[in-house]
Amino acid sequence: MAMTLATRKRLVTALLVGPSAAWLSIFLVLPFIAILVFSVGERAPEGGYQAAFTFAQFMNLPARATAFWNTMLLAPVGAILCLLVAYPTAYYLAIRAPTRFRMLLVSLVVVPFWTSLLVRTYAWIFILGARGLPNLLALIGLPDVRLLNTPGAVLLGIVYGYLPLMIMPIYVSLEKLDRRLLEASADLGASPVRSFFNITLPLSLPGVATGVALVTILLLGEYLIPQLLGGGKVFFIGNALVDLFLQSRNWPYGSAIAVTLVSVVVLIITLAMRLAWRFAGTRQVDLV
Amino acid sequence: MSASDLHDIEFRSVTKRYGDVTAVTDINLAVPKGAFVALLGPSGCGKTTCLRMIGGFEQPSEGDVYIGETRVNDLPAYRRPVNMVFQHYALFPHLDVENNVAYGLRQQRPRIASDEISRRVGAALEMVRLSGFGRRRIHELSGGQQQRVALARAIVNKPKVLLLDEPLAALDRKLRTDMQMELQSLQRDLGITFLLVTHDQEEALSMSDLVCVMSAGRIRQFARPQEVYDRPADLFVADFVGKTNKMTVTAEPGILRLGNGATLPFAGPERGPAVLALRPEAMRIARVGTGDGPLVGHVTHRIFLGSLAEYSVAVAGVGEFLISAERHGLDANDLIEPGEAVSIDYISEAIRLYPA
Repeated sequence: MAMTLATRKRLVTALLVGPSAAWLSIFLVLPFIAILVFSVGERAPEGGYQAAFTFAQFMNLPARATAFWNTMLLAPVGAILCLLVAYPTAYYLAIRAPTRFRMLLVSLVVVPFWTSLLVRTYAWIFILGARGLPNLLALIGLPDVRLLNTPGAVLLGIVYGYLPLMIMPIYVSLEKLDRRLLEASADLGASPVRSFFNITLPLSLPGVATGVALVTILLLGEYLIPQLLGGGKVFFIGNALVDLFLQSRNWPYGSAIAVTLVSVVVLIITLAMRLAWRFAGTRQVDLV
Repeated sequence: MSASDLHDIEFRSVTKRYGDVTAVTDINLAVPKGAFVALLGPSGCGKTTCLRMIGGFEQPSEGDVYIGETRVNDLPAYRRPVNMVFQHYALFPHLDVENNVAYGLRQQRPRIASDEISRRVGAALEMVRLSGFGRRRIHELSGGQQQRVALARAIVNKPKVLLLDEPLAALDRKLRTDMQMELQSLQRDLGITFLLVTHDQEEALSMSDLVCVMSAGRIRQFARPQEVYDRPADLFVADFVGKTNKMTVTAEPGILRLGNGATLPFAGPERGPAVLALRPEAMRIARVGTGDGPLVGHVTHRIFLGSLAEYSVAVAGVGEFLISAERHGLDANDLIEPGEAVSIDYISEAIRLYPA
């Protein structure tokens, strides 16, 4: 049977979108509905979930306020720190690095991903632990410096772990920057520094926004780094969730926290996209 | 008065090399104040390199570039009193038309008052007939409008010299002709020196006061358009600017001997083997019997152009000629058909001889 062109196009679209749509429906949408349902339920006496309709879990949220505020503070601060380290790196890679070595240097940024984050974070435990840097500092007359299990250690681990995720989108947006615009800017009398702030920076903001959003969102769910480098003292929501679902088996309460977290994330993305659109002057900004 | 009072741009023995490649070799060029000068040549001839050395985007490997009386070799682009209209406009996509045009004024120190800036931006937009477009974003504009914004963005700064890098290359034919006329009148109104890079000989001839023909990194001829067309300095110029018929000849006292043994009367002092160049419009053809030109051939091809007809005429032992014939009157029989035998005549003063 002959298919019309329109039918064939629809079929191709379905084939292209189908797998990811199915995957997301089964492994994202359905679980999320489950979480929504759990969040208004009750903890069964033996742990887990039992059907109910109550907002008691949400009323209980302040009990985990510390973890919430730790997350809300350390996620954006971590992302900003990442940005401050990543932007010059990305700028160097995209604009200054010799073309011959560019691909090599860019792949070096990605190389750390070849080793598990867990292993790399463990390495930091030894570096920051008493027999690591503090030991060296004691030698030069700075005894009793505590590095491990502090917010600083968590931030350091965060910046270290998430740096590539920040560098890449900024690199991409800088790399496709039309150099002729910089020539035009210089031609019109702008010094290199002014050209950077007038042209380069605004035009790389979509990449910056993508990187900040990406890292912030991932950090909101982070639990490994605070667990290992924060030593249970710097608690993130992610740690709270692990604790509630796996230890105390209070699924409804964990679900309520998760739902709150997702709502906050969605709100942040929406605002960030609006801002990015405004700066870039176009609606063609993809954050994630 | 020193030479630099008369010249806005000067190249003194400028050579530019990229590694092993020499883009521009020993260029000496003085652009008179207030002139419209075209740098004409095929791609890769070094014309854009010259322009970019004036703009400050390339540094000469040898020699000096002067803007007015200042040697600018070591002056960064942003300190040079010239502005460029870039080939692909290079408009800032994140700024609207007004802010694109105001960009140069905003960089100036001491600062220009903002009402002064908006007044000058308005005037510049009016000059390029884009009043009312100030709030538009760049991607909302057509190619021709973007071209005008690029122009306004440059002229609003009142540069000493306006550099134009193939500014009309991306426009369609109609728009290009309009812009050519607009650029000309703009240049007259502003009195600024315009330096235009182009590979389009028609554009160079029609717009500029002076044409600098370049090839392989060297200047071949720098003269008024008419001079370039009528008395090309060498075979390259004759070939590149306009259409030219060439034949190898031997110059002897009183005659030019052609490849087929035929001779043409010739009064020039040249002797020995040479290449003869003749413009298509300096030759005439007539049906054998109605004309008595010194050469005889037959029409192989005809291109009808309305007021003109261009004929390809093969002459045995000499080669193929392009001859353009103006059409007079409405004689239905005036067009010669392919295959017909014709005699060829020419204006002897139009003959140019070049060393073979």
